[in-house]
Amino acid sequence: MKYETVIGLEVHIEMATESKIFCSCSAKFGAEQNEHVCPACCGMPGMLPVVNRHVVDLGMNAGMMLNCHINRTTTFDKKSYYYPDLPSSYQTTQWFAPVAVNGTVTIETANGKKDIRIKQIHMEEDAGKLVHDDWTDTTLVDFNRTSVPLIEIVSQPDLSSAEEVVAYLERLRSLLRFAKVSECRMEQGSMRCDVNLSVRPEGSDKLGVRTEMKNMNSLSAIVRAIEYETARHIDALENGTEELVQETRRWDDIKGKSFAMRNKETAGDYRYFPDPNVMPVVIDDAWYDSIKASLPEFPEVKRARYIDAYGLSEYDADMLTQSRALCDCFEAAYAECKNAKEAANWLISDCMNILNKSQKTADQLTLDGKALGELILLVLDGKVGRGNAKKILIAMFDEKLDPAKYAEEQGFIVSNDTGAIEAIVKTVVAADPKSVADYKNGKEKALMALFGKCMRELKGNCDPQVLQKLLKDTIDSL
Amino acid sequence: MKLYIAKNEGAVGKRIALDDMILTKDLPTAAGSRMLDGYMSLFDATVVEKAMAAGYAIDGKLNVGEFGIDLMGETSYYGAIATDGHLVSAAAAAIEDGATAVLSLDVNGAPRRAAAQSGTVCVKPTYGTVSRFGTVPAACSGECVAVTAGTAADCEALLDVVAGYDAKDGTSLPDALRGEAKPIRRVAVLTALTDGVDAETVARIEAAKAALSKNGIEVAKIDGGELIAARVAWNILMSAELCNNVSRYDGIKYGYRTPSYKTIDELYTNSRTEAFGAFLKTVILFGSETLSTDTYMKVYDQALRVRRVLVEYFKSLFETVDAVLLPACSTCAYEENVDPELAFTENLYTAPASVTGLPAVVFGGVQLIGDAFSDKALLQLADLCEKEGK
Repeated sequence: MKYETVIGLEVHIEMATESKIFCSCSAKFGAEQNEHVCPACCGMPGMLPVVNRHVVDLGMNAGMMLNCHINRTTTFDKKSYYYPDLPSSYQTTQWFAPVAVNGTVTIETANGKKDIRIKQIHMEEDAGKLVHDDWTDTTLVDFNRTSVPLIEIVSQPDLSSAEEVVAYLERLRSLLRFAKVSECRMEQGSMRCDVNLSVRPEGSDKLGVRTEMKNMNSLSAIVRAIEYETARHIDALENGTEELVQETRRWDDIKGKSFAMRNKETAGDYRYFPDPNVMPVVIDDAWYDSIKASLPEFPEVKRARYIDAYGLSEYDADMLTQSRALCDCFEAAYAECKNAKEAANWLISDCMNILNKSQKTADQLTLDGKALGELILLVLDGKVGRGNAKKILIAMFDEKLDPAKYAEEQGFIVSNDTGAIEAIVKTVVAADPKSVADYKNGKEKALMALFGKCMRELKGNCDPQVLQKLLKDTIDSL
Repeated sequence: MKLYIAKNEGAVGKRIALDDMILTKDLPTAAGSRMLDGYMSLFDATVVEKAMAAGYAIDGKLNVGEFGIDLMGETSYYGAIATDGHLVSAAAAAIEDGATAVLSLDVNGAPRRAAAQSGTVCVKPTYGTVSRFGTVPAACSGECVAVTAGTAADCEALLDVVAGYDAKDGTSLPDALRGEAKPIRRVAVLTALTDGVDAETVARIEAAKAALSKNGIEVAKIDGGELIAARVAWNILMSAELCNNVSRYDGIKYGYRTPSYKTIDELYTNSRTEAFGAFLKTVILFGSETLSTDTYMKVYDQALRVRRVLVEYFKSLFETVDAVLLPACSTCAYEENVDPELAFTENLYTAPASVTGLPAVVFGGVQLIGDAFSDKALLQLADLCEKEGK
């Protein structure tokens, strides 16, 4: 018999806010243990939650990017469970009226396009982190992550393969990075995923027994886990190797196996109820419209525009639309210099090189696009040589500066004094009769060597075409 | 038997006492529970900050029933306060001792019952007008910081100091809503809630009616049987919220930790088993049950609906009268060894204001409930009636 896999995902994404969801502690990743904590996010009695408005902005933003209906009155609820990483023993989440419902995300795989329905997006607080020390047999708790704002995106069971799951996650990541909702960095845990999976005979409309694998945080592990679970389910159905039960399983990526954690009978009752300390959040038209107006173009719309309106190659358009930061910088640079190809080249090769050297990603680009455009103009107008322009660019990554002013200070302005250039050319030519002879015997490379020597003498401040012509004329006249 | 759990011996001038549900950073806060015995808060409640800024000195922390939900302090880990076989109001004792007024958290009506039985004045303000920041959370959707004093004037003076918007409390209301107090001209006695009270309480109701009439207040009668539903609704909401709020006390971070455990589950279970009292455990179990998946819609959701119906009911009532008069408890005194579960039936009289968030003032052994933000008008009326009695 042929089987099909039915997969639904719950994706947790940490929102890119400065502070936590209900207190003013920093929400940034990477601090010393328990540095970003206060009595509120430690669950101490007497503290009351006050909703961070920016979290609701980002929740709405995510909902709109995923074509959801936004609930204009959205409420927070308490979910109770005991675990040492949850200091108040309840998580404040959205159960009854989540910020966004009923959306769609379109994915593209080798089989073409497919719409994945989104059931809901809700906002909630993250839990802390437990650090187990096997050596001393102790567990330490770090509350830095407690109350960091999350959105959970719940899909309908519309996915049917590991390939589709990967396409879906990549699509979510792209959309939410573009909307600046989150950096979606799986390796830092800012994007995590629960995989709900069942298997049924192909064509059947009844869902099979579902198992859930929690807290998956790498695409490759998700692919392996889905393949393993699918095979395990089919084996159970075909050969009766085991009885499938609805349960939560843990994926062990090193062993390449999933293990039962808890089943329906032993699962806790979360006892959801409305949080009386958080008033319903009412989203009025002005608030709704301001978020709507702030939405970015979808990446593929940008890509098409870059090709059609700016004449970029598909490769260049693909490279730029990997990252919102690259796009923003590109568009600002283009507005200044009106040369799309130049702007794209400077970003894709030079800027990416500089980022790579400092082990940063495109999303971490903070370069001022307008200044980049000014620099490109200096080069195009022949005022600064390309080599010197690259030095200026490196300086622009370290501090905000005016490229023209900086070029002047550093002595990077191209000289138009042909007499001075000619004098240097004559000296260089006179000092290297061998290269001159080689060139005259047809060795083009020899001319390049002479050209390089002249450029060094001129500290790069010379229009290459002017130099080339003067050099040729000088040799020819010998 | 302990009146003060912690006393600030150096307090001079205008002294006020706090019930032990109000957190202070210089004095311990136990909320009447072994779980928090000796607990030192990292911060003061907003009401404490405001009172101190206005020149009040904090006299000490008064004994309170475990998490403030019992009749009159009988479930405190430190023992009930009683004389001659009857429970005594800790607030009234502190006032007798020289305190100008007392701040307490009115979770289930205990401060109002205590005021009614001790002849003091108590205001449970409109929900959201006095910050709850820094109070030990029990039943957040209805509990309020109440003020008790010997006179309505002292009560009003301290209420003026502690009331006001607080950005640290997400349910705090903007000051503009409070406005000027409209005088109260028409009061209706709720007959359905005066049946079954003892003779002395009936006499106090009659005395209050007479005093109101003498002050030119029109006194009418209505049945008000609808309000009986408030009791069950509040018992459900309070128990559920309490169950959730005390779940944070797990023996991990602060508070009582059992000496005997091997696993994390034993640590939780033994700490809570040893530190919580019997009545609190009853309420936790009941609250947990009301929130379980199987009963939520049948029980908790119904209680939320009753709350909404009662808010609407009061709204229609206040189209014809300005306040309602009713007892605050069924009797003038509770036996020292009273069953704390009586708090689940005695709150028949206090639940209507708790569940709807409306202001209530207890004076002369009776209770007035007014429209939202009528707190000061109620106190001013109580002041007139007090003077009448003298």
